[in-house]
Amino acid sequence: MNDIVEPIDKLEPLKDIGGVAQPLLQVVSLTKHFPVRGGLFAPSKTVRAVDDVSFAISKGETVGIVGESGCGKSTTARLLMHLMPRNSGDIIYDGRTVGRELSLRELRRGMQMVFQDSYASLNPRLTIEESIAFGPKVHGMADKAARLLARELLGKVGLRPETFANRYPHEVSGGQRQRVNIARALALSPRLVILDEAVSALDKSVEAQVLNLLVDLKREFGLTYLFISHDLNVVRYISDRVLVMYLGEVVELGPVDEVWDGPAHPYTRALLAAMPSSDPDNRTETPPITGDPPNPIDPPSGCRFHTRCPFAEAMCGEATPKLTEITVTGHQAACYMAIPGSGHSKAPAAGVQ
Amino acid sequence: MTVMTDTALQAAPATKARGYWATVGRRIVRDKVSMACAFILLLIFLAAIFAPYLHLADPYQGSMIRRLRAIGTPNYPLGTDELGRDMLARLIYGGRLSLLIGILPVILAFIIGTGLGVVAGYVGGKLNTAIMRTVDVFYAFPSVLLAIAISGALGAGIVNSIVSLTIVFVPQITRVAESVTTGVRNMDYVEAARASGANAFTIMRVHMLGNVLGSIFVYATGLISVSMILAAGLSFLGLGTKPPEPEWGLMLNTLRTAIYVNPWVAALPGVMIFAVSICFNLLSDGMRSAMDIRN
Repeated sequence: MNDIVEPIDKLEPLKDIGGVAQPLLQVVSLTKHFPVRGGLFAPSKTVRAVDDVSFAISKGETVGIVGESGCGKSTTARLLMHLMPRNSGDIIYDGRTVGRELSLRELRRGMQMVFQDSYASLNPRLTIEESIAFGPKVHGMADKAARLLARELLGKVGLRPETFANRYPHEVSGGQRQRVNIARALALSPRLVILDEAVSALDKSVEAQVLNLLVDLKREFGLTYLFISHDLNVVRYISDRVLVMYLGEVVELGPVDEVWDGPAHPYTRALLAAMPSSDPDNRTETPPITGDPPNPIDPPSGCRFHTRCPFAEAMCGEATPKLTEITVTGHQAACYMAIPGSGHSKAPAAGVQ
Repeated sequence: MTVMTDTALQAAPATKARGYWATVGRRIVRDKVSMACAFILLLIFLAAIFAPYLHLADPYQGSMIRRLRAIGTPNYPLGTDELGRDMLARLIYGGRLSLLIGILPVILAFIIGTGLGVVAGYVGGKLNTAIMRTVDVFYAFPSVLLAIAISGALGAGIVNSIVSLTIVFVPQITRVAESVTTGVRNMDYVEAARASGANAFTIMRVHMLGNVLGSIFVYATGLISVSMILAAGLSFLGLGTKPPEPEWGLMLNTLRTAIYVNPWVAALPGVMIFAVSICFNLLSDGMRSAMDIRN
C-alpha cells in the first residue's frame, strides 16, 4: 500500500521578482480610521487605529511588532491581509503594488495569516484535512490533490496525518490546533506569513514547541514572517528586526538586539523595563510607566506619548516627531530626544551621531 | 469517542471522514426521548398519509342515532362526534390537513426567513437595517393576532391560512438566522477563508451555511408545534378549514359543545395537537443537543 508514491501537488509560490535587495513587503503610509458614531446628535468621531504606518520587510527576515493592547498591531495585520478596507496607504508586495500590479487574489497566495484564537479560526464542522485543503481548492486544486497536500503539510507541522486528518478541531489540543492553522496558512505556498499573536494563547511549553516549529518551517520553506506579539521575550527570540507601536503609530524600529540594548524611545524603554525579571535581586521597584494609553478617539497632539512621558517638554505636545534614522544599521525612532538638533534638552547636538 | 481511521497516507487519499451529519445522526439515534418522539410522529404521519388504505369508516358519514358515543363503543373505538361520525377516522383524516397547515408554513418560512436573515447577516450595513427593521414591524404584533389579522384580511380557506402562518413565521426565523449569521461571520475561520482568497459564495457554502442552518433548523422545528396550534386556532375561529372537513382545530371547535356530554371524546383532537406539538418540541431539543458535537 505504500508502493504508490504520487508526487504531492503544490501551488507554485509567487515568483521572486526583485531579488534579495527588494523588500518582500513595503507598507507606505498605511492608515485606518474607524468612525465612531456619537449619540443621535453628537458629531461622529474617528478612532485612529493605524495612523501613517510605514515599514518594509526584507526577504527571509522576521519582523516583530510589539505594543500594548489596542495599539493597532492586529489592525495592521488585518489591513495587510485586506480583511478590512484601509483609508489610505499602499501595500507593495515584492515590488508590485497591491490593487494595481498585483491582484488581491495573487496577494493572498503570497501572504497568509495565522490567527491568535486557534479554535475560532477553524471551522468546527470541517475536519482538519478539509480545513487545510480549502485554500488550495479555492485556488483551483482538485479535491484529491488538495487533501494529499493537506496530509503532507500535517506531517510538516508535526502532526501524524493518519491520526489527525479526519479529526474535528474540538478533538485536538490547543497547540495541535495552532499547528493545523499554520499548516492551513502554508497550504497556499505563501512567501510571507503574518503571525498575529499566534503563540500567545498557548501555554509556555507548547508555545516553545510551536516557536521552534516556526523557525524550522521558515528554514524549510524559505518563509518571511511578520510576527505580532505582546510578549517581548518571544519577539526577541524569533525576530530579526522589531517595530514598536504606540496608539497606531510606529515609535521605534530597528534590529532587535539594538532596540533591546539601546532603546531610543522612552516608550520602548518603559516597555522593556516592564518585562518581569526572573532574578529576585533585579526586581522592578518603580512602575516604568504610569497611566493607561490615552483614548485613540482623541489622541494627544504632537507626540502621542507625551502625556505619559517623563521627559516631555513643551515641543513634544506641539508637533509630531518623525520616524528618524539614528544609526547606520537602520535603527529609527520617533522621539525628539533621539533626533539630533531637534531642540529637546536631551537631544544629541546636530551633526553628531 | 474519537475513532481513528487507519487510512494509508498515500494509497487511499480522499477517504472521507465520517461527516458531520452522520455524527449527529448517530447521536440522535442514541437519545431515547428523541427516538420515541420520532416514532410517534412517524406513526401519525404514516397513518395520515395512508388513511384511505386503513379500512376506516367514512369520516364524513354521520348518523343521528349514534351521536357522541363514548370511547370504546363497539365499531367506534374512539367514539363518535356530535354528528355521529367515527372519531378514529376523523382524527386520522384530520391529521392530513392539520399536519399540512402545521408544517408547510414552517417550511416556507424557513426558506424565506433563512434567505433574508443570512443575507442580512452576511452583507450587513444598510441592507441589514432595511431587512431587519421591516421584519421588526411584523415582529411587533403578537403572532396569534397577526395570524388572525392576515387570515381575516385574506379570507377563510386552507391556502390563505397557510399564507398567513408563513407571514407570521418569516420574521421570527429571519431574526434567528440574522443573529446566528452575524455571529458566524465574525468568526476567525471566516476571516481565514477570506484571507485564502475565497469568494463570498464559496465562504457562504463551505463555512457559513453548515454553521448557520443547524441552529435555524432547530428553531424552525420548534415552530411546527406553534404552527399547529395557531392553525387549530384559525380553524377554531372559522378562518381556516370549513366544516365538514376533518381538521383537529376545527373538530375541537365543533366538539366544544359536547364537553359536558362526553368530555373524553371532545378532548381527543386536543390530545392529538398536544401529542404532535410536544413530540416536535422534544425532537427539536434532542436535535439541538445532538448537533452540539463539542460535548
